Amino acid sequence: MKRLSLILLSLISIGFLYDKVSDFYSVPGTEPNYAGIQNDYIELCATCPPGFLLNEENKCISKNLYQQYESLQDAGVGGLKTALPKVRDGFSPQQVDLGRYLFFDPVLSKDGSMSCATCHDPNKGFSDGLSVGQGMNGSKLNRGTPSLWNVAYLKKLFWDVRASSLEEQMQGPLYAENEMGNTPENLLLSLNQIPTYRRLFAEAFPDREVNDSISLFEIYTSIAAFESSLISLNSKYDQYAHGFHEALNEKEIEGLNIFRSFVARCAECHTPPLFTNQQVAVIGSPEPDGLKLDPGAEITFNDPTRRGGFKVPSLRNIEKTGPYMHSGNFKTLKETVAFYNKGRGHAVPKNEKLYLHWHIWEPDLTDYELDRLVDFLKTLTDESFTPKVPVILPSAVVKQDKISS
Amino acid sequence: MLKKIIFTAVILIIGIVTGKFLFGSTDHTVMPSPNDLYRNTGSKGTSNLIQEKQFNGTIHEVKNGGLIQDAVKKAVPGDLIRVFPGTYKETVYIDKDDISFQGIIKEGEWPVLNGSKELNDAFLYSGNGIRIENFKIVNYKGNGIMGQAGNNFVLRNNWIIDAGVYGIFPQYGMNGLIEHNMLTGIEDAAIYVGMCENIDVLHNEVYGNVAGIEIENSRHCLVENNLAYDNTGGILAFITPGLPIKTTFDVIIRNNFVNKNNHENFGAPGSIVSGIPPGTGILVMAADDVIIENNIITGNDNAGIIITDFKNGGAEASNDPDSEPNPDRIVLLDNFMIDNGNNPVGELKALMLTQLSTKGPDILAIGGGEGSSIRDKERYRTWGLGNFGNAEVAGTGDVKSFLLDQPAEPREISKKDLGEMIYYGICSGCHAYDIRLIGVPMNVIQMIYKDNPQGIVDYITHPKNLREDYPEMPPQDYLSEEAKIAVAEYILTLKK
Repeated sequence: MKRLSLILLSLISIGFLYDKVSDFYSVPGTEPNYAGIQNDYIELCATCPPGFLLNEENKCISKNLYQQYESLQDAGVGGLKTALPKVRDGFSPQQVDLGRYLFFDPVLSKDGSMSCATCHDPNKGFSDGLSVGQGMNGSKLNRGTPSLWNVAYLKKLFWDVRASSLEEQMQGPLYAENEMGNTPENLLLSLNQIPTYRRLFAEAFPDREVNDSISLFEIYTSIAAFESSLISLNSKYDQYAHGFHEALNEKEIEGLNIFRSFVARCAECHTPPLFTNQQVAVIGSPEPDGLKLDPGAEITFNDPTRRGGFKVPSLRNIEKTGPYMHSGNFKTLKETVAFYNKGRGHAVPKNEKLYLHWHIWEPDLTDYELDRLVDFLKTLTDESFTPKVPVILPSAVVKQDKISS
Repeated sequence: MLKKIIFTAVILIIGIVTGKFLFGSTDHTVMPSPNDLYRNTGSKGTSNLIQEKQFNGTIHEVKNGGLIQDAVKKAVPGDLIRVFPGTYKETVYIDKDDISFQGIIKEGEWPVLNGSKELNDAFLYSGNGIRIENFKIVNYKGNGIMGQAGNNFVLRNNWIIDAGVYGIFPQYGMNGLIEHNMLTGIEDAAIYVGMCENIDVLHNEVYGNVAGIEIENSRHCLVENNLAYDNTGGILAFITPGLPIKTTFDVIIRNNFVNKNNHENFGAPGSIVSGIPPGTGILVMAADDVIIENNIITGNDNAGIIITDFKNGGAEASNDPDSEPNPDRIVLLDNFMIDNGNNPVGELKALMLTQLSTKGPDILAIGGGEGSSIRDKERYRTWGLGNFGNAEVAGTGDVKSFLLDQPAEPREISKKDLGEMIYYGICSGCHAYDIRLIGVPMNVIQMIYKDNPQGIVDYITHPKNLREDYPEMPPQDYLSEEAKIAVAEYILTLKK
């Protein structure tokens, strides 16, 4: 009897709330299918994405086991049991979910051909599997698409650190002619024409009048809210770090010890727990054939000593986000770790003067050690909080209208 | 004659027997007290490590032929690992808290960690409360002892020869003591305090290294009673740009011997220290609020003390707009300085010619910086100290130690908070309160396990697939028992 009532109860609760929230996340692999579905069906999820607690003010607050620890000067860098850097959280569940729709919606691009997810594909570690990004009409960009996992912890964005917030960053691809090609005016126009978006924005931003137009601020906030929800902190490595030493096998532990040793020095810049120290480093990695040396942070800072400097990327989910380096010159992790073993400046063009980082040297690692490093890097994979691709998009019908006009 | 020989022989035999009786070694070795591990033997009185602490852990013994790492695997917080004389070829890594290592030195025979120039580091630790003493560490490629984020460490009485890049290198650590170590043959800094706070470096001997003792991007550090000689540079206080922690300040360098640091620079090309000119006694680069007091600084051929900004520091690295490059408020008090600057090199040599001098200075200040001061400037041969005022600081005597009165404790986490972190940080990937995600809704679980958190603990440790309509749950056995009961209790209190 008790068991029956339990099953009944769970069925009722599932049936009652399924539409609202079940759409939010699942194992990756679901193909979006826009056709023939009533878009008015869409409702925003009222619960936080995984990794977040809903507080009394309807805000999603980040929760994870690293909050047990301290970090020196709250810098969020250190060893295994070290706190993370300050996180960007506090968005409402509705904003996060609205951001998810926007993120996957090609209505954000000028010609309706690209969404954020076109390049930041959840099935490809929120990157695209390409050496360099590909914009509208197949135009080739200069740099690889960075993964979005754990961007909530990043203070600087873009390979050349020219943006200081997600809101600032997203305006790059949204409005670049060779990326999504949109303009702020056109973006506002397209979204405001879609009744479902009008309704959803009013719900996600309840402090303004229901009939107010959608603003750029609201668009940026929602997308930032969604991006900030992409948390990956439950890898095998994390289990080890929190004290379960059986989580890694002998070879992976060997790899960890090489990774943090002062011979390989990986952890000096790819510092746990985020596996980046968020600094700019000039490492002198080569461009793919035919590409000129990318000046990187030299332009951002107008400083020739930072020529060829790029942001140290986080290595979480690195297994999923190849090819590697700022312009994807290396297809595999093995090639990538081997780069650091080939000598300081070995790939710097002859006529270039680069101020290479002092940790770039000749560690003289054996091939066996390089393999162990790769073993370890693969323990940083965790996609358990992958959000679900929306089955229907608010723009689905309007998109057809637009094309016919 | 024969009688005399016999007599002598008898006396000799008696002597040998008596000697053996009086001085002979027995199998019984008197072990050092484990409680000494918790005390700071260097400075008395004011600096307390965890002085009140009594050892009550387990002692694990490692003898020649054994692996120290095997003992680490067995050890739990509070334990002591005693290592007997012998040669150990391994990298010892410690990702646990409160583990002590004590080498047993027997008749001058040390436990030796030998990396044969094949192994990377001798000791790597990330835990808090790591204590390592009485080891001889030779021939590693990376570091002798390297810490990543461990607090409350004690590293002492270690003898480190050519351990690679750094001899002793705590990084991101707080409240640590480095004392009575001897280090030589290190191609960067023998003792390198990097991005740390509240560190005492006392009574160490460093010679034949590129840098003797380096305090880098660290605060509240005391470098006292050390002997630094025959290095390229003796004692350094630096800010290196491009690191995630940006400042060095509140450093006291006092009562050290800094002599004849004229070693050729054998630093790796591109390393920050590869720019240090040979003959440098004390080098302050970009660091603030450094007090240099009562040192004996002699025979350093380039200069006794150099105070410089990053641009003039000789290191070639990218700029960092978040890193303030000037040394500010440096205080120089009563140092004994003779015989420095006999053979200046590089930039200083060029400077010497413009000064119409045949010798380098005792003290050189070059580049930016403000608010610095010196006592009795006329005692020394100085260049570039025009804007140094008279020292207003009387002395540093009131600072006995920068170690904390109480150990830097881990963050206090209540059971509820721990449960909350685990529930939202892990469980919420598959479970929500009143809806089905991948796993069963929590309100259903609450009904099944009402008042029975242990039932949840048992289930998540060894899940059995009870429901055909749900996928099997992966075991959560990687959580500690404490963590499992915390999350189980938390789950039973969920309301949404």
